[in-house]
Amino acid sequence: MIEQMDALTLSEKIKKGTLGVAEAVGYYRDQIERKDGELKAFLTLAEGGLQERIAELQEGIRSGQYTGPLAGVPVAIKDNICTKGLRTSCASKMLENFIPSYDATVIQRLRDAGMLVLGKTNMDEFAMGSTSETSSFQITKNPWNPEYVPGGSSGGSAVAVAAGMAPLALGSDTGGSIRQPASFCGVVGLLPTYGRVSRYGLVAYASSLDQIGPMGRTVAECRALYEAIAGYDEKDGTSVPGTVRCLGKMRKMTATEYDGLSREEKQKRCMERIKGMRIGIPKEYLQAEMNGEVRDAIKNTATLLEQQGAIVEEMSLPLTEYGVATYYLLACAEASSNLSRFDGGKYGKRVEEKELHAMYKKSRTEGFGEETKRRILLGSFILSEGYYDAYYLKALKVKRLIKEEYENAFRTYDCLLTPVAPGTAPKLSTSLQNPLQMYLGDVDTVAVNLAGLPAISVPCGMDQKGLPFGVQFIGNAFCEQLLFDVAEAYEELRGVFPTVGERMTGNGKAGER
Amino acid sequence: MGKGNKQYDTVIGLEVHIELATETKIFCGCSTKFGALPNTQTCPVCTGMPGSLPVLNQKVVEYAMALGLATNCRINRRTLFDRKNYFYPDNPQNYQISQLYAPVCQDGKLEIEVTAGAGKDVESGDGGKNTGTKKRKTIRIHEMHMEEDAGKLTHDEAAGISLVDYNRSGVPLIEIVSEPDMENAEEVIAYLEKLRMLCLYLGISDCKLQEGSMRVDVNLSVKEAGSDVLGTRTEMKNLNSFKAISRAIGTERERQIALLENGKAVEQETRRWDDAAGVSYSMRSKEDSKDYRYFPEPDVPPVLIDREWIEAIRSRQPEFQEEKSIRFVREYGIPAYDADILTQSKHLAALFEETAKVSGQPKKTANWFMGELLRLLKEAGKEPEELSFTPKHAADLIVAVEEGKINQANAKEVFARVVSEDAEPLSYMEQHGLLSLTDEGALQTAIDEVLAENPAIVEEFRGGKEKVFGFLVGQVMKKTKGKADPGTVNGLLRKSLESL
Repeated sequence: MIEQMDALTLSEKIKKGTLGVAEAVGYYRDQIERKDGELKAFLTLAEGGLQERIAELQEGIRSGQYTGPLAGVPVAIKDNICTKGLRTSCASKMLENFIPSYDATVIQRLRDAGMLVLGKTNMDEFAMGSTSETSSFQITKNPWNPEYVPGGSSGGSAVAVAAGMAPLALGSDTGGSIRQPASFCGVVGLLPTYGRVSRYGLVAYASSLDQIGPMGRTVAECRALYEAIAGYDEKDGTSVPGTVRCLGKMRKMTATEYDGLSREEKQKRCMERIKGMRIGIPKEYLQAEMNGEVRDAIKNTATLLEQQGAIVEEMSLPLTEYGVATYYLLACAEASSNLSRFDGGKYGKRVEEKELHAMYKKSRTEGFGEETKRRILLGSFILSEGYYDAYYLKALKVKRLIKEEYENAFRTYDCLLTPVAPGTAPKLSTSLQNPLQMYLGDVDTVAVNLAGLPAISVPCGMDQKGLPFGVQFIGNAFCEQLLFDVAEAYEELRGVFPTVGERMTGNGKAGER
Repeated sequence: MGKGNKQYDTVIGLEVHIELATETKIFCGCSTKFGALPNTQTCPVCTGMPGSLPVLNQKVVEYAMALGLATNCRINRRTLFDRKNYFYPDNPQNYQISQLYAPVCQDGKLEIEVTAGAGKDVESGDGGKNTGTKKRKTIRIHEMHMEEDAGKLTHDEAAGISLVDYNRSGVPLIEIVSEPDMENAEEVIAYLEKLRMLCLYLGISDCKLQEGSMRVDVNLSVKEAGSDVLGTRTEMKNLNSFKAISRAIGTERERQIALLENGKAVEQETRRWDDAAGVSYSMRSKEDSKDYRYFPEPDVPPVLIDREWIEAIRSRQPEFQEEKSIRFVREYGIPAYDADILTQSKHLAALFEETAKVSGQPKKTANWFMGELLRLLKEAGKEPEELSFTPKHAADLIVAVEEGKINQANAKEVFARVVSEDAEPLSYMEQHGLLSLTDEGALQTAIDEVLAENPAIVEEFRGGKEKVFGFLVGQVMKKTKGKADPGTVNGLLRKSLESL
């Protein structure tokens, strides 16, 4: 049964020929049909050319063109990643009818690896928000309890995976937008090192912080998707060329160290990996106002890892408290400039006016939602003459200090263990009434983006309301594989995490639901 | 000169934009070729499509470094790009990627040559071609930065629409900002000519004002003569020729002096020159000046320039015009005036040098180039860059003339063929029967015939009428269809007449 399969098993069966690509796609489209009326995770489903793509994939797999671990697997794509011929709206009225003329590099890589775009998922408008509620089109519901938000901004992608409407998804993370919804929906999400995954074709929110990353039910699936999309791209000047090496203190690992290993060998290696590993828990991440259940879960996680031979200790990252302010200054400044191209002139929404600037004004006034306008205004102010030094330049300096603080920490620790958010998902329509409070909820994730480091969110527990939450492992630059190892080992120690509704099995091993 | 008793000095600084002749644009792989159909040389990057990203063309950095080295600039080891934000439809992202905080080159200088003792009021439109003694002057360069060009807007008034062509969007520019070290139009033109010459020699731009590959903004203020206090300056745009620049400088100087003489203040503003009307008008005042909200461009990482890179560029620098001209005088013994003219074009200079070497006749080569070649170019309305003949062909012709194989008149005809169609001169001369009649026997036969056909004239000559000699020479030339060498004919004819 497809519903009990993870993406890797699905691909194996397709490659063996016991399952057809059309059957797999049909299953997920049926799931979407049944569930998405309520959950509203998808904005657009791939239709045009879908049958041709399925046939082409099936033939490619039969002929041995596609042999990768995820060949034949359909993937849900966040709606700020350009897909040629498939509407890419960024959940904004501004791009309501925008159909890209080109594929983002990550989409090209998915296609090259034999995957297929299932559809485009809802998000906060232009990725600005932490609940997916700033979408211009629909409110995505948390599948664990539809009265709660799924988190954001990659809420649609998280829900698609959590509710079994897609085996895997791509999200984007500028200040926590993959990790936080992953935590709120009980799935795994990785923020790669800045520069590791090409941003070409990702509609920019804050260019110096944006990264695309994988979301899935298990670490192994995310690892496989990450490996399919990561690597140098000459179309992105910030993409890191050459072979990357984990800058971690213990092990100089290459990105391809795991190539060719069986899943069992990988898992075994993961358990061995955490023996003697030094893991720091920054005490600033366990601040007083946070949810007690989350705090306890972090401690339990530490205990589990210690039992396997890891050395876990509390440490300090004093600059953590400046993360949110620094993040919003830099992200809004960049956003105000990045979003200026949406003027009604070339593509997207246009309100006809005789005079040019009137057309700009009306188009932008009607095209952008409130949160987006708030950030454009903030950003324009921050960059204005007379304020630039006090706000933007100072924020840049703090960003550098935060990066140094992490670099220092990684001289001692192999990775850091923290919560992903101070609590679980908030109720629908409670967050946007107090944006500042919502911004403060990003405290556990934004500093990682500022430092350009990788981090993974792994499901950890449930609160009393039955809402899931995750833990976060933060690694040094280019240590994605080390993070996957720790996360996979933790996943094994934790036991199978419950799934939403019918997918809940309650037993069996991770990766074999 | 002011109307009152006061004398005024003019203070001028220039901002020069130069369009670089790279094959591809500064941030994408699109062609920079001029004149294609609108929007055919575009891609997601240079049309500002959502999700597209700029990737820096390293050639642009190298071209900027080369011009920086040629103007004695300091090359910044870490140069950064910045975003300049403003909304305008020719600018598809509504920001321009430029450099503000750490431009590629800084603190350079350019030496110019101007008429010594020229008044400070030289605004004649002659482009500084005054004769008279010359003196050298140093113009300091504040900085040089790289940026992207915008698209081109076309307004169709009749249809009431505006159209935009993004072929030019993303074409690389460098902006060269001088210090306010110039005092008059002659200096300005000399500076621009010098800058243009450097670019042409480096091959980084064709620097055509009319076509917009060189654009000049003039910052000008006036102050009381001798005063240390600078006046308020204006910036003049839309200057499409050296002549327009000269006129605009004169007119703006007079406008500012008139304001001051009438007790009014000069406004700091940007003005637009209307060359047809010979006046400028205000485009925007300082109060209207935009806040461009510059910030470091996050999509283009800092460019790190190491010593090896600078040295590699330095080692590829060409011999520039002045050095070349001096060397030509020294090596080839040609007049300084000729050397100066022949080196105005790097291509022409190369043709000259190769021809001179192959022919072993540098002075004769210089004569042919200065006389015939420049005349032919002028007649055809062509630039020296368009010349494409093989130097050996020109050299063969020059040698043939010196050896008396062809006379001067016929040689000119052949030279024109060499220049226009790269004709191989010796076979051309043979095919067209232009080789001189050097066979004295044949020549003597022709002379004998002429003498026999013109007994009356011969009698006149023998009677002492020396001037009919020329007529007889002409007859011989006619009989030999111009192939005879006039000198040889002279000698043989005289001998024949004397022996009659």
